[in-house]
Amino acid sequence: MWNNEILINTARFLVLILLQVVLLDHINFLGYVNPYLYIYFILLYPLTGNKSLLILLSFLLGLSVDMFNNSGGIHAGASVFIAWIRPLVLKYSFGVSYEYNTVKINTASFSQQLVFIVSMVFIHHLILFSLEIFNTSQILFILKSTLFSGIFTTIIIFCTLYLFGKRSL
Amino acid sequence: MQQIIYFFIRNKNFLLFFVLFLISVFLTINSHSYHKNQYVNSANFISGGVFSVKSSITDYFDLKDQNQKLTEENRLLRLHLQNIEETIPALDSIQPVNDSVFSIVGAKVINNSYSKTKNQLTINKGSADDVVIDMGVISSEGVVGIVSHTSKNFASVQSILNSNSQVAAKFKKSNHFGTMIWDGKNPNVVQLKEIPRVANVALGDTIVTDGRSTIFPEGVMIGTVKDFVIEDVGDYYNISIDLFTDMTSLKHVYLIARKDAKEIKELEKEATHVEQ
Repeated sequence: MWNNEILINTARFLVLILLQVVLLDHINFLGYVNPYLYIYFILLYPLTGNKSLLILLSFLLGLSVDMFNNSGGIHAGASVFIAWIRPLVLKYSFGVSYEYNTVKINTASFSQQLVFIVSMVFIHHLILFSLEIFNTSQILFILKSTLFSGIFTTIIIFCTLYLFGKRSL
Repeated sequence: MQQIIYFFIRNKNFLLFFVLFLISVFLTINSHSYHKNQYVNSANFISGGVFSVKSSITDYFDLKDQNQKLTEENRLLRLHLQNIEETIPALDSIQPVNDSVFSIVGAKVINNSYSKTKNQLTINKGSADDVVIDMGVISSEGVVGIVSHTSKNFASVQSILNSNSQVAAKFKKSNHFGTMIWDGKNPNVVQLKEIPRVANVALGDTIVTDGRSTIFPEGVMIGTVKDFVIEDVGDYYNISIDLFTDMTSLKHVYLIARKDAKEIKELEKEATHVEQ
């Protein structure tokens, strides 16, 4: 069981990076809106898994996407942040019981899923676009990009969750 | 001592996060400054390899358009050649010049981005094909960007659609020169700054590159004037330019280097040194 989990997470890590840089970074819906599905890895990381390992893996995940995009460290920074804040968001969306392995993200109620995913996605995107644009005079543009990309990412994450979530992928 | 160790153990997640986040911010700021300092970039064999495979599949999708573009370019070059032969009848007797000023490398774009504020392209030629940093990149329609990193078989190009890019540009008709930048909004429109008020600006004027930067040869097409206003402060125009190049469908590009660029740079450096 434990080995199986490592295998699934490794495969998810690699597949999500490839999917992100080959396909999703080139959608450019309405000219500039792209979904950032790769954070699906951070969302679905085992709830009882090692937290330090998740922070480290998120950094590597973000840095790989940055390498393909020539974007410095914007994805790495945003990913590390949501990996660190994940326990807090979990507690506040699923209640304290998540720590005793009674909840699973793919079987929780829709409203709990929605709160969790939307919070994580928007925190990630806000940091991502703030780091990318890096200019306080363009704060409206940052918020606009966060909103549009955030909605897109949330929809894609829900689709992925319902398509593959049952098989715990 | 024990207290300190306990503190580290208790806060190890926060400390790990904090260190990694600082590294990310450092890498980000680093990538904003001059391009040679960037550590993480797409000119390496992993991303180059992935993008090559991807482009070998997606190339087929717009093959027709790309062929049309190349045919059109060939037609124009032929027209040019005909005109030259007309004016210089004894062209046959002139040997091709071996020590020409410019060297040109043809390359294919394997990854293109235009929707971010700091866009980069990846091309399938690298240092093994004599590609060096600071080469100018143009397409058959006009300017594209400047080579920022190279590996053995790949290079990444800082697109003109990058808020850090600056290209020396001028009016074709009057030689008034300024700096071309991008405000990060529309991938078809760039901005031209520092054109003095005395210049005569009209809608539709052609803007070309200026040879003074040693990156691009003089007279590479950029675009036409779309809109212009005079800045509130200072005596300069603020001009929007419609690009000739369609940055959203780039495939075949040419890399141009001035062979004597190094000499020019050194001379300029020496001159400023003497002045100080």
